[in-house]
Amino acid sequence: MLHKKNLKGKFKMYKNFFRYLISAIFLLGFSVNSNADFKVGFVYVGPTGDHGWTFQHHEGRNAVEAAGIKTTFVESVPEGADAERVIRQLAQSGHDLIFTTSFGYMDPTNKVAKDFPNVKFEHATGYKREHSNVSTYSARFYEGRTLLGHIAGKMTKTNTIGYIASFPIPEVIRGINAMTLAAQKVNPNIKTKIVWVFTWYDPGKEAEAAQALIDQGADVIMQHTDSTAPVQTAEKAGVWSFGQASDMQRFAPKSILTSIIDDWAPYYVERAIAARDGTWKQQDTWHGLKEGMVAMGPYNSAMGADLVKEVEQLQKDLASGKVHSFTGPIYDQKGNILVAEGKVADDGMLAGMSVYVKGVEGDIPK
Amino acid sequence: MVPLIKVEKRNDVPMALYFFTPFIAIILTILGGGIIFYILGFNPIEALKFYFITPISNLYGLSELLLKATPLCLIAIGLSFCFKSNNWNIGAEGQLTFGAIVGGGVALLFYNQEGFYILPLVIFAGAIGGMIFALIPAILKTYFNTNEILVSLMLVYVSKLLLDYLVVGPWSNPEGFNFPETRQFSDSSRMPLLFEGLRIHAGIFLALAAVMLSWFILYKTYLGFQIKVSGLSLKTAKYAGFKGKTMILVVFMISGACAGLAGVGEITGPIGQLHRMISPDYGFTAIIVAFLGRLNPFGIIFASLVVALTYLGAETAQIFLQIPKYTGQVFQGMILFFLLASDYLLFFKVKILNLKKNELRH
Repeated sequence: MLHKKNLKGKFKMYKNFFRYLISAIFLLGFSVNSNADFKVGFVYVGPTGDHGWTFQHHEGRNAVEAAGIKTTFVESVPEGADAERVIRQLAQSGHDLIFTTSFGYMDPTNKVAKDFPNVKFEHATGYKREHSNVSTYSARFYEGRTLLGHIAGKMTKTNTIGYIASFPIPEVIRGINAMTLAAQKVNPNIKTKIVWVFTWYDPGKEAEAAQALIDQGADVIMQHTDSTAPVQTAEKAGVWSFGQASDMQRFAPKSILTSIIDDWAPYYVERAIAARDGTWKQQDTWHGLKEGMVAMGPYNSAMGADLVKEVEQLQKDLASGKVHSFTGPIYDQKGNILVAEGKVADDGMLAGMSVYVKGVEGDIPK
Repeated sequence: MVPLIKVEKRNDVPMALYFFTPFIAIILTILGGGIIFYILGFNPIEALKFYFITPISNLYGLSELLLKATPLCLIAIGLSFCFKSNNWNIGAEGQLTFGAIVGGGVALLFYNQEGFYILPLVIFAGAIGGMIFALIPAILKTYFNTNEILVSLMLVYVSKLLLDYLVVGPWSNPEGFNFPETRQFSDSSRMPLLFEGLRIHAGIFLALAAVMLSWFILYKTYLGFQIKVSGLSLKTAKYAGFKGKTMILVVFMISGACAGLAGVGEITGPIGQLHRMISPDYGFTAIIVAFLGRLNPFGIIFASLVVALTYLGAETAQIFLQIPKYTGQVFQGMILFFLLASDYLLFFKVKILNLKKNELRH
């Protein structure tokens, strides 16, 4: 009896193994998918209800779904050893295009992409495209920062802008610099004070940082973190603030002047349709105001009609390319020239930005 | 007549039943889960299938299960020494992190170097790191009478902040655009994979060795006897002349070393570098594993597999049915709840007495 049972178990194991093998061969050999079972998978780093980063990616997914394409998502996937399994499971379970929406998924995404050459991968905010089926994409958030800088420079009474920063990576430093440059243009006395919180999402820490900046005289607060705590702290203290990643206006209706909104929906829909129709190609996308990947929330009426008009014009000029966020002359903190007069910073320089411009206080943590 | 509930301690609890209750807890959890799925509008049978069967229905899934269970098993084995002797080490997560820091530091020191001795050195460093970190609450407890629950718990944050500092600052990858992570370790300090294409690595042998060794120490040595007696009654242990202080230090060191090994296994295994998210709270989840396994080495193997499955199942259920991933935590919570509840009923009798009214009045 026992022997028979063992044999049966063994047979089942082999059967499963062969099924696995056959499906693997099938996946490798036949890349043509019928449109009916084309599926797109999403991996999120946070919960879909974070009102920030993940929330916006989820909105993008909803748009893909609305375009008639089946989607699946897995939320709150830690950026450690678990990410690779989740991405692989999505690839294995018949997803044809997979969006991995956090920087920490960069290596796992490339690892899985190697084993599934017929599945397309899209990694947000990374720089590694080790296989031809991996694309990367990000948004020119710094264009939004330029608008915030212009507004902040006009609105501040204390000439001090408080900035809650996450990690000293080029994306964050670019935002600080773009904002400071724009603010200086309308108000030469502007100073940018920075608190590094070393987290993307920690309401407690973010609120403390906001309070510390307010205590140091900042009357405009902005954040490169994802929770709504800073804008709520600003609302309580009666200072100005800006929403991050999604429209946070309802969390601080008096304080928020506008929000930078990440709008992934058009890109996700475009890429999903391309993958379904077989026209998907590897690329490195960096879209901004022009393409609509960066959008602005409603402007607070407290800004006054003139300023709103000014900012709307600047938004148009940034989108058309008439104005560039990093137009020379730009100096670093010591006064060395970074971008000569009349020139604009190229994408290579922007992608690797690792020094502050003049007017930013403090040092980049090392 | 007034019904009255009376709770009485049971005098003789059969050993077999004691080891059987975890199974009851698991069955109740599955039933409870089915009810939750039903309320959420899913077909409970189908949902449970995606939860508990689909994740391990192929070789890759089995490998992932073992990969996930390895750190849980290692840490829980270590914790069983502490818990059996009435030492409440809640900070395994911190010891794991500190072990990973020390082990990772050694791996970075040997970056781009070859040598068979590098990996053993990295592993050893990880164990020592965890051990040292566990000694802090142990020494404070034995010599300064502090509460080890608080100290070990607070040290978790210390080690996590230290890791944050290192990966952002001095140890960050020079070619990594300041992203908070170190370089990828060289192959010489990575755990060898057991099968091509699967992630299960040699770290599982560390866990199995820990199981064997802990069984031997707990059931075949004088130290194990001391640990068990101290757990049952501290006064008896003192009366018997056991050196309490040394024993406390030793159990914390064992526990810390195991957590450190778990940490080093993660960073040299599936992760391959240090960054801020090396553990999804394995150190805390292992507490559930230790108790579900009845603090018994072989029970812990079983418990670590069950708890690892709740992680995998939560992912599969979200992929196939879009059931929220947090149900995994609900399952873990339910297991612990039902285990504690069945323990209560195991050790205590609940009697319903019918008394006459005048008997109540005095």
